[in-house]
Amino acid sequence: MSILIDKDTKVLCQGITGGAGRFHTQQMLAYGTQMVAGVTPGKGGMEAEGVPVFDTVEEAVEKTGAEVSVIYVPAAFCADAILEAADAGCRLIVAITEHIPVMDMAKVMEVLEDQDCRLIGPNCPGIITPAEDGGCKIGIMPGYIHKPGKVGVVSRSGTLTYEAVWQLTSLGLGQSTVIGIGGDPINGTDFVDCIDLFNGDDQTEGIVMIGEIGGTAEEEAAAYIKEYVKKPVVSFIAGRTAPPGKRMGHAGAIISGGKGTAGEKVAALEDAGARVVESPSRIGAAMKEMLS
Amino acid sequence: MKIHEYQAKEVMARFGVAVPEGRVVSAPEEARKAYDELSTELCVVKAQIHAGGRGKGGGVKLVRSADEAQDAAAAILGKALITHQTGPEGKVVNKVWVEEGSNIERELYMAITVDRTSRAAVLMASSEGGTEIEEVAEKTPEKIFKEVIDPGFGLQGYQARKLAFKLGLAGASFKNAIKVMMNLARLFDELDCSIAEINPLVVTKEGQVLALDGKMNFDDNGLFRHPEIVEYRDLTEEDPKEVVASEQDLSYIALDGNIGCMVNGAGLAMSTMDVIKLEGGQPANFLDVGGSVTKEQVVEAFKILISDQHVKAILVNIFGGIAKCDVIAQGVVDAVKEVHLEVPLVVRLEGTNVEKGREILAQSGLDLITASSLDEAAEKAVKAVRGLEKGLEKG
Repeated sequence: MSILIDKDTKVLCQGITGGAGRFHTQQMLAYGTQMVAGVTPGKGGMEAEGVPVFDTVEEAVEKTGAEVSVIYVPAAFCADAILEAADAGCRLIVAITEHIPVMDMAKVMEVLEDQDCRLIGPNCPGIITPAEDGGCKIGIMPGYIHKPGKVGVVSRSGTLTYEAVWQLTSLGLGQSTVIGIGGDPINGTDFVDCIDLFNGDDQTEGIVMIGEIGGTAEEEAAAYIKEYVKKPVVSFIAGRTAPPGKRMGHAGAIISGGKGTAGEKVAALEDAGARVVESPSRIGAAMKEMLS
Repeated sequence: MKIHEYQAKEVMARFGVAVPEGRVVSAPEEARKAYDELSTELCVVKAQIHAGGRGKGGGVKLVRSADEAQDAAAAILGKALITHQTGPEGKVVNKVWVEEGSNIERELYMAITVDRTSRAAVLMASSEGGTEIEEVAEKTPEKIFKEVIDPGFGLQGYQARKLAFKLGLAGASFKNAIKVMMNLARLFDELDCSIAEINPLVVTKEGQVLALDGKMNFDDNGLFRHPEIVEYRDLTEEDPKEVVASEQDLSYIALDGNIGCMVNGAGLAMSTMDVIKLEGGQPANFLDVGGSVTKEQVVEAFKILISDQHVKAILVNIFGGIAKCDVIAQGVVDAVKEVHLEVPLVVRLEGTNVEKGREILAQSGLDLITASSLDEAAEKAVKAVRGLEKGLEKG
C-alpha cells in the first residue's frame, strides 16, 4: 500500500484553465492520474485537456465523484479555493500555489481543523504514488524520476526532493509515496502527520525526511520518531550555512531570534536515532545502507 | 518587507496606537526647525535605518535646544551607523526622526508575531521593556506573557485585560494599554504584518501609554493588498544586487564568500551553499532561479553573480524537473558568452533531458568544468578557487 493516494484516486483541478493548471493537468494525465474534473468559475461546460470543467467544486464532486483537489489558482484567491474544496467534501486538498499570505493560511487552517479533510501545502510540489500499473501524481514533480518501491519521502522542499527521489530510483529502492509539505510557515500537513502515515504503511520500509531551517517542525518530528518509529529514518536539513534573519527563498526558511537553526534540528533528529547526512548527495546511499 | 521607525509610527498612529509627536528630517537645519515646532524642551533625535541597536551605536541623541538638535542631526546624517545588526560596514543614515521627549514612568515590551506551532499570531507583553527581548526570553522567560490571537475572531478584550493585569497596570494606563493591544492586533491582521514590535512601550507619569519605538515587518506575500505599505519601501536599505534580482523574479541573498551559486529551488540552493562549506569553501550567495526558469533569467542571474567583486568561481547546480536541462544548458552557454565570464565555471546538471543538456555544454567550446553530483561540483569549485589563489601567490 501507499499513503493517501493510489492509482484509483479521482482528482479534480482548481484553476485548470490557467497556464499552470492546464499544463500540469496534461502532465498528470500522462502519468496516469485519474483527472476527472476541472473547476474554473464561469467556464463550466468547457473541456480542458479532455477533462470536463465545472463552475464550482461542489458540482464537480457531485458529477464526477472526485475526492481530491489540486489547486493552481493565483495566491490572492488560494485561501478561497481551499475553503471551497473543503466545503465540497474533498478529503484531500493539494495546494501547489506559492506566495499565499501567511495570515490567510492561519484563517484557513482554523476552519479546516473542524473538517474531515487534509491539506497538503501550500507552496509545495504535491504528492505522488508511483506504481507499475499506472501511478498517481498530484502536483508538479517530474513523474519519470519516480519508481515504485519501499521508501517514503517527506520534504519541505521541491528540487531537493527530486534529488533524493532520483537517488532512491537509481539505487533500485524506489518510493512508496513522496510528499512535499511545502516551504511556508503555516501549512496543512506537517512532518509528524506524514511520518505517522509512513510508519503505519506496510509498503514503506524506510523514511526519508528533508527539512530546512525555520520553525520547529523537524524537532516535533524528531520527538515523534524517538517515541514511535522503528523503521530507519534518513534525514537531511538544508541551511546549515544560512545567515540568521534572512528568508532563504521559502517564506518559512528563516532563522529568527536565534531559533530554527539547522544545528538544533540535526541534534534533535540524531538524538531520535535518525541518520542525518551532511550532503543531499548521500541520502540514497545512507538509506540503502540502513535497509540492507 | 521592513519599514523605518518613523513609518511604523505613522502606521500605528493611523490605527490608534498612541505615539509621541515627531518629525522626520533629512538635513540638520530641518532638525532645528522640527525642534522648534515640537512642544517639549527635551527631544530625541533618532537615526532611521533598518536595524536594531541604534542607541548603543550612537544613533540616538537627547537634545535640549534647537542648536543641539541641529548638531545631533549633523553628527548622525550621512554617516554609517554600526550596530550589532548592520554588520561591520554599518548603514548610512539618510533620515533622522526628531521626537518629543516623554515623561517616562515605566518601560514595557509589546509585540505581535506569527507563531508557527499554534498556526496563529501571538501577542507578547513584558514588563522588561527597553532591553533585548531575546535576552529576557533566555534568562527570565517567566517575565514574558503571551496570548494566542484567534485568526478568525481576533484579539479579545479579556486577553488584553489579562496581559494588562499581569503587567501590573491600573487606572488610566490600564485602559490605554488595552487600547494599544487591541489596535496593534487589528493593525497586524489588517496589514499582513509578520512582526509588529514596540520596545519600549512606555507608561508616562500622566498615564499615557506611548510607542516610543516601532519595528514593523510585513509579509511580502500580503503586500499586493497594501499598496500604501509598498510605498514605504526604502531601496537604499537593501543590497542593490538583491533589488535587481527581485525585479527579475530571482531569489538572491548576498553572503560573504567567493563561490557564486546559481540553483533551481530554494532547498537545493541552501544545500548547495552547505555542501560548498562542507568541502572547505565559502558561498558568495544564495540564488534560486525558480522551477520554471527561462534562458533570459539565467543570463540575468549570471550578471548579478559576476557583479559581486568577491566571486572567484561560479557553481551552477540544476535539477531539471519541469525546467529542462537542455534549456538551462543553452541559457548557461549564452550567458557565459554574453557576460564574458572570466572566473572558472562548474556546472552540474541532472534530471529532465540531462543528456541533451550535457551535449550542449560539451559542444559549446566553452572552458567549463562539469560534475555529476552536488558533492563533486562543490569540490571542483573549491579547488578552482584554491587554484586561482595559488596562481596569484606565484604571480
